[in-house]
Amino acid sequence: MAEKSGADILVECLIDLGVEVVFGYPGGAVLPIYDALFNHLKIRHVLVRHEQGATHMAEGYARSTGKPGVVLVTSGPGATNAVTGITDALMDSIPMVVITGQVPTQLIGTDAFQEADTVGITRHCTKHNYLVKDPRKLAGVVHEAFHIATTGRPGPVVIDIPKNVQIATAPYARPETFEHASYRPQTKADPVAIAAAVEMLAAAERPIFYTGGGVINSGPEASALLREIAGLTRAPVTSTLMGLGAFPAASPQWLGMLGMHGTYEANWAMNKADLIICVGARFDDRVTGRLDAFAPNAKKIHIDIDRSSINKTVEVDLPIVADVASALTDMIALWKDRGHKAADLSEWWARIDGWRARNSLAYPESCEEIMPQEAIAQLYKASRSAKDVIITTEVGQHQMWAAQHFGFEEPNKWLTSGGLGTMGYGFPAAIGAQLGNPESLVVCVAGDASVQMNIQELGTATQYRLPVKLFILNNEYMGMVRQWQELTYESRYSNSYSDSLPDFVKLGEAYGWTGIRIESPRELEAGIRRMIETPGPVIVDCRVAKLSNCFPMIPSGAAHTDMLLDPSQVEGIMSDEAKALV
Amino acid sequence: MHIQEEYSERHVLSLTVTNEAGILARIAGLFTARGYNIDSLTVADITADHAISRITIVTNGPPKVIDQIIAQLDRLVPVHKVTDLTENGPFVERELALVKVAGVGEDRIEALRLADVFRAKVVDTTIESFIFEITGTTEKIDNFVGLMRQIGLVEVGRTGVVGLIRGKEPN
Ligand SMILES: Cc1ncc(C[n+]2csc(CCOP(=O)(O)OP(=O)(O)O)c2C)c(N)n1
Repeated sequence: MAEKSGADILVECLIDLGVEVVFGYPGGAVLPIYDALFNHLKIRHVLVRHEQGATHMAEGYARSTGKPGVVLVTSGPGATNAVTGITDALMDSIPMVVITGQVPTQLIGTDAFQEADTVGITRHCTKHNYLVKDPRKLAGVVHEAFHIATTGRPGPVVIDIPKNVQIATAPYARPETFEHASYRPQTKADPVAIAAAVEMLAAAERPIFYTGGGVINSGPEASALLREIAGLTRAPVTSTLMGLGAFPAASPQWLGMLGMHGTYEANWAMNKADLIICVGARFDDRVTGRLDAFAPNAKKIHIDIDRSSINKTVEVDLPIVADVASALTDMIALWKDRGHKAADLSEWWARIDGWRARNSLAYPESCEEIMPQEAIAQLYKASRSAKDVIITTEVGQHQMWAAQHFGFEEPNKWLTSGGLGTMGYGFPAAIGAQLGNPESLVVCVAGDASVQMNIQELGTATQYRLPVKLFILNNEYMGMVRQWQELTYESRYSNSYSDSLPDFVKLGEAYGWTGIRIESPRELEAGIRRMIETPGPVIVDCRVAKLSNCFPMIPSGAAHTDMLLDPSQVEGIMSDEAKALV
Repeated sequence: MHIQEEYSERHVLSLTVTNEAGILARIAGLFTARGYNIDSLTVADITADHAISRITIVTNGPPKVIDQIIAQLDRLVPVHKVTDLTENGPFVERELALVKVAGVGEDRIEALRLADVFRAKVVDTTIESFIFEITGTTEKIDNFVGLMRQIGLVEVGRTGVVGLIRGKEPN
């Protein structure tokens, strides 16, 4: 067989694996790969402006298309710049393959120019990683890496390839389907557990589905099955930040998001339920609040593909290790088989309606200032005419407001950094999502501080003519930090003011974007419409009320039943125990 | 405010893993990254083709944490199997130690007498010192070393624990 260079083998593998887009940035240690890409026109390379941007673009692409995101960066600083996005993908279970260049094998360990211990640095922020020292092993590793990144609980995989391995030659043949020696994620549930779950569900008087990002990761089929089982049981459904869209916000069974900034009804229903069916969520501290007060009367069923997520923070009564779609399929089949009918939950729903009546997402109106919540509500209203809308966010108050006030009907339309809470995620994620969904309206809801963390990617959107909309809720503060300072530190605003902000409109224009400033409630609706209707990329500097806070809120260390609904309930100080929590 | 500590128990875990570069760092790093304890860790390849290694880890933690440790280890890609010997016993565990003791006269005789009681072997001797080789449970070695400390302990080298489930079946 004719031999090929490592770089050519890599590119062939990517083509064989169906990769269409690679987000990357060149440098000395990946020049052979860049040269190989030059000759292969099947793969589109998107040149970013910073490697962190590449990783979040890959995440946005992956989350919105269901395909793995692929990143290519050089050794040393290229690799270290990618670490935040890799960690983000690990926390949010995003399938991603990151190819990093490395110094040639004979220089490894000598502190060579642009050498970093990439496998060492990324060992604990990847699902798995590889250093490939032999071109004959490269193809096997690449195929295995994609398999690992996309199956089981998805996650990032790093392949570190020394420069001499990119140049040395070896035979390449597309590997046959292989069985991994040790990696075999469990996808099919134990039928005994499924039967137990169905009986618990049939017997429950106050059931609730608590769903998460695992439903999205499991694929659109899982969302359809969730709708079906909710329909069969008539039980209410709530979701984590990561799971929004898996269940339609328009459904009367939808309670909204739960957790720290979740709705009153979702959190109270969790607290008073007698059965919680956790589907692809992981009892994160943002969701549970104070652990010893979390859902005290509920039996808990936990469906998760990752056994280590089960009993990690909350002990459950019935663990089901499985892929969500597979487990729900089995549960639905058995439910029907056994002739179960939806129980009479009218009393339960009456209590839920009582909590709903608190209207916990209400916010004060103003005709002088734009309320940030109103900006999201208007964005939601205006974008309903678009045929397909994808929303990404940065991190902060605006993220929570977007989660609260934008209604999602379908999975893969809501992209946000949940686990790591990475400022700088949303804008590149929007670029990645737009590349994967050229026809969709992609809007990044950003804060004035977060957006500056990867603002350089304005150039990337311009270069690839991506019509992303960057909607900045500009409150001139790191609003979420300021809010915590109000809650905990008697409003001592230590370094949370966004001083020396750029003129975002001019900044956008400098990159060839359309810039729009919205300054008063009167301009809001038309401004948003103009943003949506203007072809090409648009940056919007939406000046919102500076001191609005995000409610409802469960302060750290508090129980679901101790929600703050409005500013009047804020005391401004906290115990050291509460302060010590994140 | 004070930081509270939890009750913990000792477990011996036995893992089979693919014998590849970085595997030890991956396992040890998982313990540091997640704040788990390692009392001892041993590793050596165990198959004819050197493809698979056994790692034996002695750890301690609250039962819930032990469960997490096992689940976390189990999901590492190169890990084939994790067995909690303490849970799935009965099992045997052994550790080997080399114990250097210096002394003359009566101390020397006492050291030899104790070594005999513990079935330790003399593997090196000079006029003023011995190196003993002793195998046994961690506790037995601790006791032996404790006694030698009173006589003239110079230094100790220990292998850490290895263990296997009793009976004819594999782990
Ligand atoms: C990379 C990173 N650094 C710091 C933080 C901590 N942090 C969380 S929210 C926030 C403020 C965000 O401000 P802005 O983007 O203006 O959004 P707002 O809260 O005002 O809506 C900060 C600093 C973070 N999440 N990520």
